[in-house]
Amino acid sequence: MSEFKFSKQNEEKFEKLLTRYPKRASLSLPSLWMVQYQEGWISEDAMIYLADKLGTSAMDILSIASFYTMFNLKPIGTYHIQVCKTLSCKLCGSEKIRSHLTNRLGIKFGETTKDMKFTLSEVECLGACGEAPAMSFNDDYVGNLSIEKIDKMLDEL
Amino acid sequence: MIVHIVSKNFDIKDSHKLKVALKHDRYNSLEKLFSMKPFEVTREVVASGLRGKGGGGAATGNKWELIPKEHEKPTYLVINADESEPGTFKDRQIMEYDPHLLIEGIINSSYAIGAHHSYIYIRGEYVFWAKRLNEAIDEAYKAGYLGEKVAGFDYKLDITVHRGGGAYICGEKSALLESLEGKRGHPRLKPQQKEPEWFFGGPTVVNNVETIASVPYIINNGFEAYRSHGTYCSPGTMLFGLSGHINNPGIYELPFGVSMKDVIEKIGGGIKNGKKLKAIIPGGSSCAILKADEIKNITLDYESLQQNGSSLGTGGMILLDEDTSIPDAMKNLFEFYHHESCGQCTPCREGCGWVDKILAKLLSGKGSKKDFATILDACDMLNGKTICVFAPSVAFIAHSYITKFKNEFYSLCKTD
Ligand SMILES: Cc1cc2nc3c(=O)[nH]c(=O)nc-3n(C[C@H](O)[C@H](O)[C@H](O)COP(=O)(O)O)c2cc1C
Ligand code: SF4
Ligand code: FES
Repeated sequence: MSEFKFSKQNEEKFEKLLTRYPKRASLSLPSLWMVQYQEGWISEDAMIYLADKLGTSAMDILSIASFYTMFNLKPIGTYHIQVCKTLSCKLCGSEKIRSHLTNRLGIKFGETTKDMKFTLSEVECLGACGEAPAMSFNDDYVGNLSIEKIDKMLDEL
Repeated sequence: MIVHIVSKNFDIKDSHKLKVALKHDRYNSLEKLFSMKPFEVTREVVASGLRGKGGGGAATGNKWELIPKEHEKPTYLVINADESEPGTFKDRQIMEYDPHLLIEGIINSSYAIGAHHSYIYIRGEYVFWAKRLNEAIDEAYKAGYLGEKVAGFDYKLDITVHRGGGAYICGEKSALLESLEGKRGHPRLKPQQKEPEWFFGGPTVVNNVETIASVPYIINNGFEAYRSHGTYCSPGTMLFGLSGHINNPGIYELPFGVSMKDVIEKIGGGIKNGKKLKAIIPGGSSCAILKADEIKNITLDYESLQQNGSSLGTGGMILLDEDTSIPDAMKNLFEFYHHESCGQCTPCREGCGWVDKILAKLLSGKGSKKDFATILDACDMLNGKTICVFAPSVAFIAHSYITKFKNEFYSLCKTD
């Protein structure tokens, strides 16, 4: 038995979504998102829970969750900073932004600060090439990045 | 040069809200739409020559005609809002500034193919845009533009927004449908003959956001009005993008057939910091690179780019100035392709990584001219032996970088 359970709100959302798809299997991505918003990451327990809800195996859920880059299979920091490393951003100076972030936070890409405050990731094109260099900060996009802009943002947290 | 068909309401304040959208022509096409038979709608779209804006440029109307007349399972319209091709950021503008145009387009197109449920598959990172779409959809349901009786007519339609989880390959239509069915986003093997896509066994059309957003104009104004823009083979307009070393990056709606050079200079304001243009990637990273001296006579349409050995793709142009290292830019893109290969086919999974490694070796100064033959071998391996067109297009672009900028690559080699 898994310890994880959907919140009441997510339970209702799940039931509602069931009416929107021809088959239950389609709910795997929406369910993984619900888990991630509820817990911050996707634990083994949650996978067992989802397997039961979706009528499949936990292994299957893991295989799906691990295919997509946005599902966190371990806990991450309160603030998730994801900097775009692809071409338009690179041409507009993303490398300076990236090294500033690693210096300021004292961690490498793919790492989380010890106090679990920040996780730093590099990601491929965010679809914000017109505002390069760009990053996402939790669910929001921040474009036209400069070192000053980042410092101001982090100072204000 | 700039025209406003899809982008008409982009600059209007609060145009994403139903109240404002209704004042600016949204849902105007429905009266006419429902006075037509579904096949007449499709015929209008066929006659307009509308081509898909997701990168492939397939004729939209002809694709709709592949839906079987009778089928026991329901028909679906799936909107591709995965927008992950480097250099592409146009669909986002439609969803941000005019989501009701997309909904109106979905009503038009669903009616034509006989679909009563449409899914918008949006990339996972677009949280803000998914929210915006959902708000617009809620408004449309409340106002009776969606649901049991669309705008009071005898037609039922539901729309559901489905968020991806971060995977470039889910933009490929069959991978997208696998993902929508709740699986890993692996492209499917394609049949020999032309047939529709399938979602849980139901015949399905997958179209890009911008394609569908172009439909209400065609229904409202007729195919000739749409054809009055653009060229014979590339009718209408496209939301072109400019990014990289350009003074005015952004999205601009232009008729097909305008001069690429004029667009860069007059709309883009030229290359940043007064530098010279070195090269341009014309329509997202999966298009072959062009040298500055190749673009003089190029016009922005499918035919011109194809004749010049590249492709129009998504229309998202990336500009590279004279100081850019081409091997470095190519390495950047190969890290992308290496990371994004879905891994199903060995040549693709291994080949992309292999080229990436050779480029790293060249850039570190440890490469030799022999490595070029290896890259070409890898391209050969990638070409034509895989499930989807990801690998062949990677081979195609690799070839363009190393042949057009051979000397720059050679100058990195200390030995033969
Ligand atoms: C690797 C790959 C990635 C793709 N990514 C996208 C995408 O992000 N958005 C999109 O609309 N089409 C994308 N496509 C094209 C789709 O497969 C499909 O052709 C398109 O959505 C059809 O819509 P359209 O005819 O309206 O353009 C991609 C194709 C490939 C091979
Ligand atoms: S060619 Fe590459 S991306 Fe396409 S199915 Fe094969 S491994 Fe996946
Ligand atoms: S290259 Fe960074 S957002 Fe597109």
